[in-house]
Amino acid sequence: MTTTTDPHQGQFRLSMLLYDSRYRSMTIQIVALIGFLMLIGWLLSNTAQNLADLGKEPGFSFMFEPAGYDINQRLLDYNSQDSHLRASLMGLLNTLLVAAMGCIAATVIGVIVGVLRLSPNWIVARLSAVYVEGFRNVPVLLWIVFIMAVLIETLPQPSAFRKGEASMSLWDTVAITNRGVYIPEPLFSRSLGDIHLLGSSALRFDVSLDLLALLAVLIAGILTSVLIKRRADVIQEATGERPRTWHLRVGAIVVPFILVLAVLGFYLGYPELKGFNFKGGTHLRNSLIALWLALSLYTGAFIAEIVRSGILAVSKGQTEAAGALGMRPNRTMSLVVLPQALRVIIPPLISNYLNLTKNSSLAIAVGYMDITGTLGGITMNQTGRELETVLLLMLVYLTISLTISAVMNWYNESVKLKER
Amino acid sequence: MKRTVFFGALTVASIAAGASAAATLDDVKARGKLNCGVTTGLVGFAAPDANGKWEGFDVDFCRAVAAAVLGDANAVEFVPTTGKTRFTALASGEVDMLARNTTWTLSRDVDLKFDFIGVNYYDGQGFLVSKEMGVSSAKDLDGATVCIQTGTTTELNLADFFRANNISYEPVPIETNAEGQQQYLAGACDTYTTDASGLAATRATFENPSDHVVLPEIISKEPLGPLVRHGDNEWGDIVRWTLNALISAEELGITSANIGELSAAAGDNPEINRMLGTEGNLGEMLGLDADWAKRAIMAGGNYGEVFAKNIGESTPIALARGLNAQWKDGGLIYSPPFR
Repeated sequence: MTTTTDPHQGQFRLSMLLYDSRYRSMTIQIVALIGFLMLIGWLLSNTAQNLADLGKEPGFSFMFEPAGYDINQRLLDYNSQDSHLRASLMGLLNTLLVAAMGCIAATVIGVIVGVLRLSPNWIVARLSAVYVEGFRNVPVLLWIVFIMAVLIETLPQPSAFRKGEASMSLWDTVAITNRGVYIPEPLFSRSLGDIHLLGSSALRFDVSLDLLALLAVLIAGILTSVLIKRRADVIQEATGERPRTWHLRVGAIVVPFILVLAVLGFYLGYPELKGFNFKGGTHLRNSLIALWLALSLYTGAFIAEIVRSGILAVSKGQTEAAGALGMRPNRTMSLVVLPQALRVIIPPLISNYLNLTKNSSLAIAVGYMDITGTLGGITMNQTGRELETVLLLMLVYLTISLTISAVMNWYNESVKLKER
Repeated sequence: MKRTVFFGALTVASIAAGASAAATLDDVKARGKLNCGVTTGLVGFAAPDANGKWEGFDVDFCRAVAAAVLGDANAVEFVPTTGKTRFTALASGEVDMLARNTTWTLSRDVDLKFDFIGVNYYDGQGFLVSKEMGVSSAKDLDGATVCIQTGTTTELNLADFFRANNISYEPVPIETNAEGQQQYLAGACDTYTTDASGLAATRATFENPSDHVVLPEIISKEPLGPLVRHGDNEWGDIVRWTLNALISAEELGITSANIGELSAAAGDNPEINRMLGTEGNLGEMLGLDADWAKRAIMAGGNYGEVFAKNIGESTPIALARGLNAQWKDGGLIYSPPFR
């Protein structure tokens, strides 16, 4: 007869749910889940009930009704008779535009300032520190409003150009006014035209064939250039002599590009004062400039610190070892320090890109028509659909943020330490 | 992350919706204060003076309602709202009523679920330009940069006007009247457009008002009136009849000067008696006491007095009564009888 005390596998008593450590955690989780679901259920039913009491049926059909308002900065064609959906799309594109411009500029500023802050030159290092602390420690909204006020109050009005009190810059090609900066725009006299996609739906857009042609030539040029480099590599492997190829590589990109430009009849359209405003050229509105500058300078200050920390994280011995092997300083930077620093830099850089994108919703402070200004501003106000528009807005920002995260995480994977 | 945000929004929405369903009169009485949504600052209509005390045409109406309901014209919490935030503030119950140059339109009345309780100012949209531009008509504004408050009917009228006349413009959206003024004066826009009364009020605060002119075209009808949430009819009635009391008071010659005398005892005019509570029980029907109308009128005077004091011809804003004269004097201001 055995006297072992095996656990009673078959006998399950209800009290074991609480007193048996094998089941207890499960019980707690299930109770928590039920509580959570009940909370959601209560929120949903409460919201539905209250909306019904107010007589507001939740729905998204308002998105297909005419918007009725105009938007100043339109990246695609739009007029006030288009739907709220198209107005939101204009806003979304404006958000993406300022976010992309901001991320690029912030990275450039951040890298330069981050490196300068490590400079042995005392004045340069201190000036960089002043910039970083100044921008990092003041709310970005204040910078946006401040830059906008400076643009509006200090720059000349268009009428000053007529009276001769102000004149255009850069050999009469650029007009800087307090309504924005007008720069020359690229035009084609023998344009191939556009292809219209998606008919007349709310998401319709045009693709310029000129742009497609230029892009195709550019990509073909780059590929040719890569082939030339490969050939040079093969010759170097075989003979030890590397042929001079830089002129061929540059030519392969530039010559066809210029040829296509000439075929299309490329010329620049200059801004001209007509009536109340400048006409022609590309109009960079001061709301865009203020928002872009403020966001880039603000986020740039954070990126500068990230870059500085990334470079400092690479041990000095690495640089010295590279030097001992006879590498020149710029090769040391690109082959030894940067690949290791990037591993430290990229993860915090992602969250700064996300912050910049989300901060772009402060655009309404200067009247920049981003998606918060169109969908979350005028559309919400004219239709009274607070719940629906805010949900859509959150969904949009969530999608943008997750996309940025995904792309940057993929890049991070490619540079991070490969452990084999 | 996604779920947290989503449920956060639902919570906010449900709390907001919950608040609005309650009876507003009881809330106001329990609170001892009326929350009144006004503009963020439009001199003559609603703006704080040098001592921080709110004054203006809309402010006096809020005070009249507070006096009628709570017996104290100063028991008002003024909540500044922008063109964009005003409806959310009212729908969510943050304010009990909105007296903020708001145009009565079908979609706001029906779709946004508000009740306009009447019209206290008949207005229309105009354009303010600087004289040196030499523009004499709004149709000359082709290609102009126009400052416009977002979330207003004027924004939609503007789009319609320029489209109907087949001319182009560049809108510069702004949040508040103060921003519009700053951009306009700095020349960041050629013209500022909003209700003509608002333009007159804004112009009055300029350093040199005579350098600027309101163009003759009035491109829309803008009946401005106070509004409350749809569904609480008891509260809507109180606000509506407070406005009517102020209008009737002017028609019947009741002023803040003679109201003490008229309300002391029943006089010869039965309508005055009914309104001031010396006869009948109109106050009781509204759920208030007999002296409600007397207190409302004493708060800032009758409609004509409120108009003259804040925006009338003797003020810097210098608006003529025009459409806003009593119906007897050829205007549109008309109150149903107190009976």
